[in-house]
Amino acid sequence: MSLFKIKNLKTYFHTRGGTNRAVDDISFSIDKGEIVGLVGESGSGKSVTCHTILGLLPQPPAKVEGGTVTFDGEELLGLSQPLLRAIRGKRISMIFQDPMTCLNPYLRILDQIIEPILIHENVSREIAEARAIEMMKKVGIRDAQARAHSYPHEFSGGMRQRVMIAMALVTKPDLLMADEPTTALDVTVQSRILKILRDLKDDLGVGVLFVTHDLGVVAELANRVVVMYRGKIVEQGNTQDLFKNPSHPYVKGLLACRPTLETQFKILPTVEDFLHTKIEKDGSYTLSDQPDAEEKLAKLTCEVKNEREDKSTPTSLLHVSALQVHFHSGGGFLGSPHKTIRAVDGIDLQITRGRTLGLVGESGCGKTTLGRAILRLQENKSGSILYDENELTKLSQPEMLPFRKRMQIIFQDPYASLNPRQTIEQALTEPMLVHKIGTNQSERRERIVSLLEEVGLGAEFLLRYPHEFSGGQRQRISVARALAVEPEFIVCDECVSAMDVSVQAQVLNLLRELQQKRKLTYLFISHDLSVVKFMSNDMIVMKNGKIMESGDAEEIYKNPKSDYTRELLDAVPKGTLSE
Amino acid sequence: MPRFLIERLLQGVLVLFALYTITFFLSKAMPGEPFTSEKNISAETKANIRKLYGLDKPIWEQYLAYPKNIITKGSFGISTSKGRPVIDIITQSFPNSLILGLCALGFAIGIGVPIGILSAVRKNSWIDWACMTVAMVGICIPSFTIGPLLQIYVAAHIPGLKVAGWGNLEDILLPSITLGLVSAAYLARLTRGGILEILSQDFVRTARAKGVSPIQVILRHTLRGGLLPAIAYLGPAFAALISGSFIVETIFQVPGMGQHFVNAATTRDEFLLLGLSLFFGFLIVVMNLLADLLTGLLDPRVRHTEGID
Repeated sequence: MSLFKIKNLKTYFHTRGGTNRAVDDISFSIDKGEIVGLVGESGSGKSVTCHTILGLLPQPPAKVEGGTVTFDGEELLGLSQPLLRAIRGKRISMIFQDPMTCLNPYLRILDQIIEPILIHENVSREIAEARAIEMMKKVGIRDAQARAHSYPHEFSGGMRQRVMIAMALVTKPDLLMADEPTTALDVTVQSRILKILRDLKDDLGVGVLFVTHDLGVVAELANRVVVMYRGKIVEQGNTQDLFKNPSHPYVKGLLACRPTLETQFKILPTVEDFLHTKIEKDGSYTLSDQPDAEEKLAKLTCEVKNEREDKSTPTSLLHVSALQVHFHSGGGFLGSPHKTIRAVDGIDLQITRGRTLGLVGESGCGKTTLGRAILRLQENKSGSILYDENELTKLSQPEMLPFRKRMQIIFQDPYASLNPRQTIEQALTEPMLVHKIGTNQSERRERIVSLLEEVGLGAEFLLRYPHEFSGGQRQRISVARALAVEPEFIVCDECVSAMDVSVQAQVLNLLRELQQKRKLTYLFISHDLSVVKFMSNDMIVMKNGKIMESGDAEEIYKNPKSDYTRELLDAVPKGTLSE
Repeated sequence: MPRFLIERLLQGVLVLFALYTITFFLSKAMPGEPFTSEKNISAETKANIRKLYGLDKPIWEQYLAYPKNIITKGSFGISTSKGRPVIDIITQSFPNSLILGLCALGFAIGIGVPIGILSAVRKNSWIDWACMTVAMVGICIPSFTIGPLLQIYVAAHIPGLKVAGWGNLEDILLPSITLGLVSAAYLARLTRGGILEILSQDFVRTARAKGVSPIQVILRHTLRGGLLPAIAYLGPAFAALISGSFIVETIFQVPGMGQHFVNAATTRDEFLLLGLSLFFGFLIVVMNLLADLLTGLLDPRVRHTEGID
């Protein structure tokens, strides 16, 4: 008998806007000591499934409409809160996505780790503390005895996630639910956390439900995979089988649209290339194979980047040398000692017209600061920025204005970078007004409509507000806004990092298409090596404000020269089976 | 920690000096002077009095003389209307205001914080709705309305209790309720907001997933962070409460410090005005410092970045 079994589970959200079938009739099981990967894009219902199991959903609006959740022979649904609390944190533990916000900032690490022991077991504080420190050592926190008395903010993201894992496993649960535990972390940190989870699973014999949007991670970790789409399970099975012979079109698309280090595409395949969605009048839908998917894919794979090479003689557009940006923290009224953070510490780079320079590095390496400093959105300490033979660092902000028209930026978070109180038309009109493009509003509106069409949206969106759009659509609007002033150079700062792989593929394709059509030059900043590989001609690897390696992108991926680049490349989940 | 304290204290001295400068020149800019009265005083006598108080000197000399006297003699000048040292007036009336203020504060915290917590825990229920309506009303009704209403009620229904006066223990009850009511209402709203903010954080969900009971979620995981906005408000509010309120003191005949603020202004009593302003400024500076220290005690992140450690 399996340790844990979900059968026909239905969780709906009843709101004024109607009923959202977040989890719609799903069934799967987990055995003791088994890792099951629960995969799906945002909104597919995977987190809701976890929260339903532990009774953590706010009810209402959520309501469990049916099904059973059996854990070790006991039915969890309908259990009273006190009985459920006895299971939570003792027999079923959970780790959440963002370790920066999931630990209580007001309590010491040790107090948080021993809390579940003290709640669930009748042991003294001394024993609990000893066990907590033991577990901290097991998840690889060095100097555990001393660090146990620190607060969460004194730990890095990776270390906090280790603390979360220690806290979840300290009561020796039978089942661990990990909800996107590595999504917010750098690749090198992610690979270490995954290793810890694998080792501890064997060590403690705990069953793991590993929730993620990243098939690459699942391939390396899970025994079995369950794929969710729109609240339903579209496919589940043994990891090997599912990766080798996916049967459902959605899974096929998902596997194909993720750029990997091995493949070379001119255009990324998208889920829509595989999945045909037919929506009926009553809102129900049927999913089926796209008839010509195989042909299309074959065509995409063979058309390797011939067009990416520009035949004309390359001319340099941007030349940055010895650029430094420093931040100061602390520094009080009496001039108390302050810390200097060298975010960008002597960077030289060159971008050729019409090409893409990829900038890779882990969080905190200074890549975003560098991008902003080039656009002079961030004051630099020293160094020069030569843009088309003009020295930008010597210009005052008013003198920068004509260059602002030529250089644009697309930010990471499309939710935060659009003003929620501006309609799309207003958001796109503003840059045109600043740069005196178009003589009247009807002329400008015409331009906006053509821009929207260029990024795959239509005139019907003009008067809508940002909250009416999905993340992918918003990023398309951000792209259109950047294009509104006809720039020649765009800094893409982690502009697809917040997106699902399927949406990411669409936006990346759009950026590539626009580059060719408009002869754009990109500085493409990302932490994701596979995405940078897809986008870039040349590449820079950054760490601690310095360049670790630079050169032809293809060459770096083939023969990384620095140890750090090699470490980064090794840490990327390959999306292929480990066995 | 010591460095942080020294910095803040030096800042406080600067603040007080700026306050002194502004008050000094404002009081000089006021029309009239201390010795304008309906009685006919000869020009000679007037000149003598002015000389006695040092008001005959050039203005910049007066401006420097006052702080010099504070530092060298510990003197805050002589009240021109009462003829007594300002420091005596403050030391006589401040204890009364302090006691009244402390009781008002105790009332405000004792009522406001629990109501705020209750409202937050029962968010959007009728309890929440009722509490917040009462709090809103509490903020809106001025003390010159609440005070007399309380007096009328007490006079009619509680024969043992005096409606005004000072000296007996029970005399403190009505004025401290009147004085503390607005603060109680503010505290309730701030506490509710603070707790709701924390309850929506991810780490509260973590706590629930660990099996922490609802009561412990509030007490252990929410209260510390949730009270921070209330504490930030309490710093200056406390200083205001203990420095006396003219209205409440007048209604309940409390011999506190509040009356002197108003009297000093109406009688053009320059030195009393300066002394009281500086004393009030001093209280504000100290209470804000205490509130910041308390915030640091509750929130380890603040301790870290501000170097309170």
